Amino acid sequence: MTEFLQHVVNGLSLGTIYALIALGYTMVYGVLKLINFAHGDVYMVGAFAGYYIATALDVERSPSLPKAVAVFVGAMAVCGALGWAIERFAYRPLRNRPRLTSLITAIGVSFLLEFGFQLPSLRAQGEAFRGVLEGWGLRLPAPVAGVLAVLPDNFPPGPTPRFFPEPFERVDWTVLGGVHVSNYDVVSLAVAVVFMVALQLIVYRTKFGTAMRAVSYDSRVAGLMGIPVSRIISGTFVLGSVLAAVAALLVAGSRPRIDPIMGLMPGLKAFVAAVFGGIGSVPGAMVGGLVLGFSEEMVAGYTVSSFRDGIAFAMLILVLLLRPEGLFGRVSAEKV
Amino acid sequence: MSPPLALEARKVGMTFGGLKALADFDLSMREGELVGLIGPNGAGKTTAFNAITGVYAPTSGDVLVAGERVNGMRPHQICVRGIARTFQNVRLFKDLSALDNVRIACHAGSDSGFTSAWLLTPKHDREEARIRERALAFLEVMGLSPRSGELARNLPYGEQRRLEIARALATGPKVLCLDEPAAGMNASEKIALMELIRRIRERFSLAILVIEHDMRLVMGISERVLVLDHGVTIAHGKPEEVRRDPKVIEAYLGDAYLAEHSLELPEGGDR
Amino acid sequence: MGRLRLLLRPVVPFAVAAPMLWGLQVLAPQDVAIILVAIGVNVILAVSLNVVNGFTGQFSIGHAAFMAVGAYTAALITTGFREVQIAHLPVGISDAVIFALALVAAMAVASVAGLLVGIPSLRLRGDYLAIVTLGFGEIIRVVIENTRALGQATGISGLPAATNVLWTGMGVVATVVMARRLLVSTQGRALLAIREDEVAAEAMGIDTVGWKVRAFVISAAFAGLAGGLLVHRIMLVTPRMFTFVKSMEVVVMVVLGGMGSITGSIIAATVLTVALEWLRGLDQYRMVIYSILLIALMLTRPTGLFGTKEIWDTLPRWLGGRRAAGGAR
Repeated sequence: MTEFLQHVVNGLSLGTIYALIALGYTMVYGVLKLINFAHGDVYMVGAFAGYYIATALDVERSPSLPKAVAVFVGAMAVCGALGWAIERFAYRPLRNRPRLTSLITAIGVSFLLEFGFQLPSLRAQGEAFRGVLEGWGLRLPAPVAGVLAVLPDNFPPGPTPRFFPEPFERVDWTVLGGVHVSNYDVVSLAVAVVFMVALQLIVYRTKFGTAMRAVSYDSRVAGLMGIPVSRIISGTFVLGSVLAAVAALLVAGSRPRIDPIMGLMPGLKAFVAAVFGGIGSVPGAMVGGLVLGFSEEMVAGYTVSSFRDGIAFAMLILVLLLRPEGLFGRVSAEKV
Repeated sequence: MSPPLALEARKVGMTFGGLKALADFDLSMREGELVGLIGPNGAGKTTAFNAITGVYAPTSGDVLVAGERVNGMRPHQICVRGIARTFQNVRLFKDLSALDNVRIACHAGSDSGFTSAWLLTPKHDREEARIRERALAFLEVMGLSPRSGELARNLPYGEQRRLEIARALATGPKVLCLDEPAAGMNASEKIALMELIRRIRERFSLAILVIEHDMRLVMGISERVLVLDHGVTIAHGKPEEVRRDPKVIEAYLGDAYLAEHSLELPEGGDR
Repeated sequence: MGRLRLLLRPVVPFAVAAPMLWGLQVLAPQDVAIILVAIGVNVILAVSLNVVNGFTGQFSIGHAAFMAVGAYTAALITTGFREVQIAHLPVGISDAVIFALALVAAMAVASVAGLLVGIPSLRLRGDYLAIVTLGFGEIIRVVIENTRALGQATGISGLPAATNVLWTGMGVVATVVMARRLLVSTQGRALLAIREDEVAAEAMGIDTVGWKVRAFVISAAFAGLAGGLLVHRIMLVTPRMFTFVKSMEVVVMVVLGGMGSITGSIIAATVLTVALEWLRGLDQYRMVIYSILLIALMLTRPTGLFGTKEIWDTLPRWLGGRRAAGGAR
């Protein structure tokens, strides 16, 4: 019984993370009908943004609550800005082109982030360049060499994983006769729930949310009704990216190992969760995320754990075979 | 023993979510008949087309083509059984030539796989030649022969609409459904189109169902007219009768017009 | 005589190419041969993917998975029959026959995989195919990494080095002939119609799902061929050779060349393979450059080099362009 409860707890944790990421996919698909392949990588950037801010604030040696909040807010801001930038420069110019074009661009952006972050640090690259020039008998002019010294030696982080510092002391409890819960799990769950509730409020109780839903039903008509469609779309991207950052930081708390391709699998799985719940549906993404989290935990816990990653895809196949529109999705008949 | 009706729609209904877009749509057509389908915008005319041609599966009622029930079949299966259509917004294969557009339709229902294309069999070559002949013939009928090599996207609008009709004809249908074939045409083009429609009906022994907004065109070529309003059939009969039906006048022009011209709806009339 | 000509016509490209390729193989120095094989494999991949993405207008991004299926099938056969020599045949010919069988099997099994993946997913809206093909790629990887018989993560090594310019060249010829004959045929036109307007195609009697599946299956088959050829050059097969990144490399080739253009795919595959060789020293920048290229392409010239046309359609315009510069169109 305790084993079961342990899996429930873990599943809940995992599920809320997937839900937070899935929300980004589903909202963007709702307004743009685009699968934002780069979303998983925005999640990754969130983790690194938090890492750099935490390192700058010296969280490792002197953790504190205000610092933790600063890390959170900072990472959310970075991701929000990144999401805005991606939409503005990579997707918006293609809004009137066939969807395929945007899909390919999305994949391009995803790769750019993943592989860009795996490059050696800017200073190391600069040094390498200087080395190549010297090999050809040339020297770097003085001002350029000066710039070299100022280049970050930390960014891009390169392929080796980094370790996210602990923002606060980890405390483990054993409850209900054997279930291990840490304060990280509690905080993570609480924060995730707070954000999901906040998102629900935004989507269903604010003007922005209503506008977003209007755009997702019919962007042309929404525009005719006076809704600033481009701004709503930008806002949707920002919102989704902020949630991805939150998810990343919550994960970094209990799984501090971060690397540039950490977003690939969670991104893919969260996407499956969104499809499961009905892509475009906000409650669907939340439910989908939780279902995936639980299923993964249960299957990995009670059967072969190396098939953990396969669960998401098994779910995908089931959804597509049985109910492609997802749990909460509507079957939309195309008007001809 | 009379031949089965080319097309029979029995109490066909389409409901989307909570919206009843089409209710109790009844229509029978024999070979050679020309029926007009009119009604204000949003009345459900294209929905009726879509229900008949399989784009939507009717939520209620039956659609029969030459006596066979085709509910729930995919559009290509219904096409093979004899219904062809054009679209409200022209849906040609834009990057392909006019000839190719029609050639594709000639291939309708054929099940040959890829192997005959790879093995360059004589049968394949013969088939290609036959299709080319057929396609050119249809282009000829619609007056598009000089344009056969032109990309569909480069054709002027009126010719695009004619090409769509040629393409539909090439599938060898028994029933041809034209969705606003005269939209965007000027008066003389419309007269030419009327003639064309009469001629193809003769030549190919088709039953033709036309959605149109141009009253003169519809009344001019149809033997029967069906009027829809909010998904409901409010009138069905000869053009002269329908034209004078108060319900029809009200649907198009509103009850203010009725009052002005001292017309009244019959007792128990449904709004 | 006419009968004979009819029978031989389909075979002409192969008959013509074979001696030329054989000559090339004999004359080409080792390092050139290696590049030629690499180019050949990529051309097969790009042209076969073009059948689905270019001709039929679908978005499949899991091509590497079918490569993997073909590669492992071929590898199992060649390693399984390593000691076998077919009676009455000299070793060289026997090995060649076995290799040919391995490649045919690779294509067959990859086709089956294509069928299994295609049938459920091609019924659905366009975006879903991308997701499914992506997912399938991952599933294949997970399955291989967990299967003892397939060598798990270390894969199978010690494959015979059977691939050479002749084999690869014939593979290229087969792929290009397949694609070209398809494109100019009635069946090919059905695929183009589906690309242009699926709803209209369906309304004109084309079984869109059936044709999409067929295109998908043939594309998978040739990806399997490429996989079989590739692993017998490097004599090793591992799951890490067939990741999503590999699939995207092929997508880039097809997009760059122009989706729907066979010559475009050939040229793009050649250019990118050669560029890859030059960039070997900058390996970590390779994917960054690829992704920037992809984004830039989409933003500026999404139709790629040749769009849906072949090189001979656009060349006259380039050549005649200067002459017509002053005149009105």
